[in-house]
Amino acid sequence: MKRADDFQIRRKHLADLSEEELEKRFWELAEKIVDPIIGLAVKNTSPSIERSVLLRMGFSSIEAKTIVDGAIDRGIIGKGAGNIVYRLAKDKKLEIREAGLRLVNGQMWDDVVALFKGGAN
Amino acid sequence: MELKSNQKLDIEFILKDIDKYRPRRRGWHWREGVGENRQIGKFEYYDTSENLENSQPLPAAKYFDNIDPQPKAVITTEIASGRFEDDIRRMRMAAWHGADHIMVIRTAGQSHFESLIEGTPQGVGGIPISRKQVRAQRKALDFIEDEVGRPINYHSYVSGVAGPEIAVMFAEEGVNGAHQDPQYNVLYRNINMIRSFVDAAEAKKVMTWADIAQIDGAHNANATAREAWKVMPELMVQHAINSMFSVKVGMKKENICLSTVPPTAPPAPCMRLDLPYAVALREFFREYKMRAQMNTKYMESSPREATVTHVLNLLISQLTRADIQSTITPDEGRNVPWHIYNMEAVDTAKQAFAGMDGLDSMIEIKRENSELADKVRELKERAILFMEEIIEAGGYFNAVEAGFFVDSGYYPERNGDGIVRKIDAGVGEGTVFERDVDYMAPVTAHFGYNNVAQYGINLNPSSLIGGSTLEDPSKIIFIDELDETDNVNVRLEEVKELRTTSKIKPEMEWLGDGIVLITLFLPTDERTAEFASIEIGKKMGLEDVEVIHKEIMQEAEGTRIELKGRVDFTIDINNLVIPPKPKILTEEEIRKDIEINPMKIVAATVGEDEHSVGLREIIDIKHGGIEKYGIECHILGTSVSVEKLVDAAIELNADAILTSTIISHDDIHYKNMKKLHELCIEKGIRDNIILIAGGTQVSNEYAVEAGVDAGFGRGTKGEHVATFLVEKRRAMKDED
Repeated sequence: MKRADDFQIRRKHLADLSEEELEKRFWELAEKIVDPIIGLAVKNTSPSIERSVLLRMGFSSIEAKTIVDGAIDRGIIGKGAGNIVYRLAKDKKLEIREAGLRLVNGQMWDDVVALFKGGAN
Repeated sequence: MELKSNQKLDIEFILKDIDKYRPRRRGWHWREGVGENRQIGKFEYYDTSENLENSQPLPAAKYFDNIDPQPKAVITTEIASGRFEDDIRRMRMAAWHGADHIMVIRTAGQSHFESLIEGTPQGVGGIPISRKQVRAQRKALDFIEDEVGRPINYHSYVSGVAGPEIAVMFAEEGVNGAHQDPQYNVLYRNINMIRSFVDAAEAKKVMTWADIAQIDGAHNANATAREAWKVMPELMVQHAINSMFSVKVGMKKENICLSTVPPTAPPAPCMRLDLPYAVALREFFREYKMRAQMNTKYMESSPREATVTHVLNLLISQLTRADIQSTITPDEGRNVPWHIYNMEAVDTAKQAFAGMDGLDSMIEIKRENSELADKVRELKERAILFMEEIIEAGGYFNAVEAGFFVDSGYYPERNGDGIVRKIDAGVGEGTVFERDVDYMAPVTAHFGYNNVAQYGINLNPSSLIGGSTLEDPSKIIFIDELDETDNVNVRLEEVKELRTTSKIKPEMEWLGDGIVLITLFLPTDERTAEFASIEIGKKMGLEDVEVIHKEIMQEAEGTRIELKGRVDFTIDINNLVIPPKPKILTEEEIRKDIEINPMKIVAATVGEDEHSVGLREIIDIKHGGIEKYGIECHILGTSVSVEKLVDAAIELNADAILTSTIISHDDIHYKNMKKLHELCIEKGIRDNIILIAGGTQVSNEYAVEAGVDAGFGRGTKGEHVATFLVEKRRAMKDED
């Protein structure tokens, strides 16, 4: 879009605001812009977020990537990669790390899918 | 290990047991002792922080008792050699010069890499930020900060499509500062905007836990826009979006730092454009920290020109506020920064701040009823109008799709050249997944919906697994090397000779790179000079000769050239014949000696020699000559005969005779020295008088052989001669 500088026309509703009022308005607008994006972040996840969860659970970057890719391939990433490992460990009475390594090695994925009844709910 | 100031940092020690090393602290560190007046040397300072225990003062500090006042702002240096082991040496040098924020640039391409990079591969324009490299650099900085006596902040980037993982790794490894701004990914790395913001929330949450200071990426708009000063309203908008987003995630405002650059540079009247912007920004963002960056947009290959611009940037920092003062190496316009220019940039900041200390106690900004006040108001209003239109357009994502950002028009003017990104495009598009109702993540510092209640807890989610790596670092899995041919061990082996023997080579970036810089003036036009200088470089035996700077002095009369090249030889320092360093007594010691035992000398140029400049340099008080110590000096003139000199010495009962000769053909200077010595013997005063000869062609060895007590050649200063006079007189007394 091309547009000439129409600042003088646009600013009319701001002209009478004090400096304090301007500042307040600035931050209210910032909040208004950001709020919906925050809402999006609350409800969604990504491969990187899930890998970061697995890192915090004591997996290496390579292991984390394999598990997350496996969860995406099977349509269960919406459960959370950490959740998948946690529930598998709990169900099979394995250590967290051991459960994750089984998944890294391509094992127990069917068990995992069964545990979460095959996808979204 | 404790570092010793005269010993090199041992990279092998740093790498030893690196798999087990744990950082000793977390979080950002601001300088201490700010806000109080401080007596340093002979001066009272208003704007400093605590002194360092060990540091490298400015060159002129020798005139001021070697003081090294430290500015109140944290000082940044950016290091980007591509080899972390060489970066570490540069970090130590920079810390000694006064940097306490070491920003390590990432290798090109890392932002599109899904997952962490591991090992120590070499980078381009930065290092691949891997756990091993981060840990090694943090470990080195732990020792360096002990050496200089001030905590050092280590910093890199949490961006790209692996942001949350990098944030976790940084939290685990004790990284203190990081760039994090989802807008940067979107605009400059073409990463899908949904993915970028969703990732950013998690990354920021982790950074918040680790008390990592965040720097945003708004300054890039300034560097990208065609006319940088016109994006000022947008810059405030970008700052606001990232700041508010961070606050909503839970980050505290004092950890949110705005990366702000004075947008313009001379020959534009930059202060008049940049200062109102700096004021407007600092007013709107009064609760946030300012990371004052230096201008890079208008940098050319002249380090001098860049330095002047950067000093003007520092003036803005001084007149407004900078919590972190970033520095840009003045060679950034011509190559990946070299060691020496990191030091120059840090010194530029330190020097300018020392010089401007307390300036605001004498001058102030005309904030009311002034041109500046009008400009501040206008910028604020333009920024608000920008945000109003974002909301009218349906929000941030729609605004990006419509090319709102980095348009070169001065908002609300639009030139239609903004960066356009689509919501359903870009790297990582389609990789954002909605969390199911039973979504759960059993870890600390996780952002957003997390159904841990299904497992019957409402405590920290990580209690489900007995603590995450953030509580229990022993759970961290360390990967050493993945590439046998591209790693630090291979590189260290290549330079083993330079690390472990007495051989050395010049360097600018990496140990043994052999790079040298040569400055030339050629009396010809620019283009001819460029090609002629390449030939000159080749004839000098340089390889990979390249002109990195040229500047016209006058079209026809000549051109200044800076040439870089590589030498392919080493020097064995064990084979060097290095004469002992002349001993210099302190000014106080010499003065005291002269005060107790006054000293008198006679001096002249001898024979047929009219060159008295050197002699004056040694004697005159205004050149720092021996007069300043209270020595009574009688200069007899030029072309004085040896006989006359000796007679005058006898008559005045002088302690010493100083002669000076430039003319040296037929060894006339040494012949005169011999004559002086013999005449003194003949007159019976030789045992009681000190004879000193000076001149550009004089060597001490030959002078002593000719019979005088000392010879002083090129580079001699008054203090050298005064030291000799005092010491020689003491020795003569001892003999008595």
